[in-house]
Amino acid sequence: MSDALNIIQDPTLTYKQELLALARLGESTDDSLRYSDEYYEAKRKGALCDLNEGVMPYRPRYICPDYELLFKKGCEFLQLDPPKDLLEAVNVLEIFYCHVPSITSFPVYLGDLDKLLEPFVIKEDRAYAKKVLGLFLRNIDRVQTDSFVHADIGPEDSVTGRILLELTEEMQLAVPNLTLRYDPERTSDDFALACVKCMLKTAKPSFANHRMFVSEWGEKYAIASCYNGLSIGGGGFTLPRLRLYECALDAKSPDDFIERELPRHIDLQLEYMDKRVKFIVEQSSFFKTNFLVTEGFVKQENFTGMFGVVGLAECCNYLLGIEDKKKGFGMNREATELGIRIMKEIDRRVSEHEAPYCDAYGHRYRLHAQVGIDSDGMDDSPGTRIPIGVEPTMLEQLEVNEKFHPFFPTGTGDIFKFEETYIKTPEAILPIIKGSLANGLRYFSGYLENNDVVRVTGYLVKKSEIEKLRAKKQSLNNVTVFGMGAQDGGHALDRRVQHHEESSGK
Amino acid sequence: MPSTGAYSIMKKAPVNKIIQFSNVDGPGNRTAIFFQGCPFNCMFCHNPETIHMCSSCGLCVSKCPAGALAFDEGGKVVWDSGKCVQCDTCIKLCPHDASPRVTWMSVEEVLQQIRRCAPYIDGITCSGGECTLRSEFMTELFREVVRLGKTCLIDSNGSYDFEKDPALLEFSQGVMLDVKAAERSWSEKLISDPGDMVLKNLDYLKNIGKLYEVRTVILPGRDTENENTVRYVAEHIGDACFYKIIRYRPFGVRERFLKILGEEETDEAYAGRYASLARELGASKAYVV
Repeated sequence: MSDALNIIQDPTLTYKQELLALARLGESTDDSLRYSDEYYEAKRKGALCDLNEGVMPYRPRYICPDYELLFKKGCEFLQLDPPKDLLEAVNVLEIFYCHVPSITSFPVYLGDLDKLLEPFVIKEDRAYAKKVLGLFLRNIDRVQTDSFVHADIGPEDSVTGRILLELTEEMQLAVPNLTLRYDPERTSDDFALACVKCMLKTAKPSFANHRMFVSEWGEKYAIASCYNGLSIGGGGFTLPRLRLYECALDAKSPDDFIERELPRHIDLQLEYMDKRVKFIVEQSSFFKTNFLVTEGFVKQENFTGMFGVVGLAECCNYLLGIEDKKKGFGMNREATELGIRIMKEIDRRVSEHEAPYCDAYGHRYRLHAQVGIDSDGMDDSPGTRIPIGVEPTMLEQLEVNEKFHPFFPTGTGDIFKFEETYIKTPEAILPIIKGSLANGLRYFSGYLENNDVVRVTGYLVKKSEIEKLRAKKQSLNNVTVFGMGAQDGGHALDRRVQHHEESSGK
Repeated sequence: MPSTGAYSIMKKAPVNKIIQFSNVDGPGNRTAIFFQGCPFNCMFCHNPETIHMCSSCGLCVSKCPAGALAFDEGGKVVWDSGKCVQCDTCIKLCPHDASPRVTWMSVEEVLQQIRRCAPYIDGITCSGGECTLRSEFMTELFREVVRLGKTCLIDSNGSYDFEKDPALLEFSQGVMLDVKAAERSWSEKLISDPGDMVLKNLDYLKNIGKLYEVRTVILPGRDTENENTVRYVAEHIGDACFYKIIRYRPFGVRERFLKILGEEETDEAYAGRYASLARELGASKAYVV
């Protein structure tokens, strides 16, 4: 049976999912973008992974349009005037979103929704504004059917931010992903607490370290897709990843790995990125003719490449001969120190590499701790995370995270699962978030143990939708299938629960 | 003060456990320190292994499946936390309501753990057992914790005469006080103590503004006792502090007391009646947990 026939006969694929799968298949028929033999060999061994980006890139992986500009001058190509009221504003956005490409063909960044919409919201009656925003969120969930679709709020409190939180909680939707840009001086405790409450009910928003991102990107940065930091008016060309465990398999010792195998694999991944970036800029039509570019919603110089890594924990454990994960990376100082040494080497070598384009960043790529894909199984934990199932106490997990998060301007994060009593004590979570962000954590996500909407590795799925797929029914959301794979292969929903121990009732 | 410095080096207290992040031992996120030893013996105690100090009878040593227990040269039972798998075999076996899993720690050792937690917590709570058995240790600890900018709460059964220890209360934000029984005769049965000091503390702590919350466990079917206690507490505290109405839960309760108190947990509606009663009597911050 041909691959195409497999796709069109798959009962779990919606029409649109079939279309996208067929497009990927079509793209794979061309091989004009070639890499070295060493690259293919490393890929075959599983040491390098291109995240199935496709062999012929016809758009950058992630695009973060400047929606402020859209609201200021409208869009000629889409025949949209600048919006004059809330209804026009959400209508303009809904239309525009449908024309923002990405690796998934869905827009991975929807804008800083509170800032964009606040001037319109405050002119309306609150109940009316809430009704409009509710329909807006419903439109996003049903039209942009992919959990990598991401919106941002904060750092300041706002009427729009509050309404969006209320709706997020009430509607229980997996799309869009949502981030609060948290700044201790600009985000009030009251607003942050409202975000914690919402997070416990719906696994979102996550908390981004605003100051850290601003120090790397300036004020105009977006959190897109899972948790990718990128420039607004720019984006990310490509995101391949080193699978560090597999990279280490031929190393004779930690030193041998750092001196020989690691640089070799870094260079192969850089080769892939350079060729791909050049192809996107020079060969594909995107940067020449797409209205996003020609009308200035994105600028090519604001794009960079995301240099991804996964499986640091397994890599360190392997190199140190640690077989019991419970005594390995995250719980074992030697393994964690080796992890830091490896990350410093990756950071150094990548930052010494002169990347094509990427003008806004001194022609440099930026590191990304990739969240893993369903096929990683248990071999490579996401980014630099401690493997699921052996997490130490929450304090220890945070301390380890804080050492690694600063390496990754294009994103990293960790997820904490809370036990039911926390729904009554959200104020017990806020100091943890504040403390960890102040100590160098980049991105904090949490969810409550028994919710339907849960965070898998970086994206959200509904457990009830996974059950639909298991029953061979279709799920509207493209990402549900990844959630199922990550649950089965990576036990991604079995992470440690922060629970209250029996301590009262003397 | 040099003398207190010397104290902190010399004196140690038996610590049953330290929970780095707790959301149920006072407001916000707190590090909770559980001391070993309690002067009361409450029928519904959920962690009876914290009541007495280990007598080194050694019954548990050979039964430990992880080999984490042994006798030292002096014949004392010692516990190896590194080997322990937290299976609880030892505490289930112990006929003395004690635990071999206790660490004697100095103020500085406890502080080291608190300093690690400090960026993420609002404060600490000392609990037990009965933490006020270690009041000098606690005063010393609180003095340092307050310097870290964190608050200190005392979770107490009320057996300690707080009036005689202004230094302890000076560094503490307040006391979370258990009032288990208002009547002497019932108190003697329920907690093995007439409870006079508890009731004295209730008034004293309220009057000096150091009563953070009061807790009463509501037992299934004990209408008279429940009402007497709730009525007493509510009339005495008014709206001065939270009043937590706790439902009795049989989990962890010793066999012999289960026979008396029952194996049913108190249902929410029944407990709710007492919270309503407390509110009617002026304890506006009464609620069921």
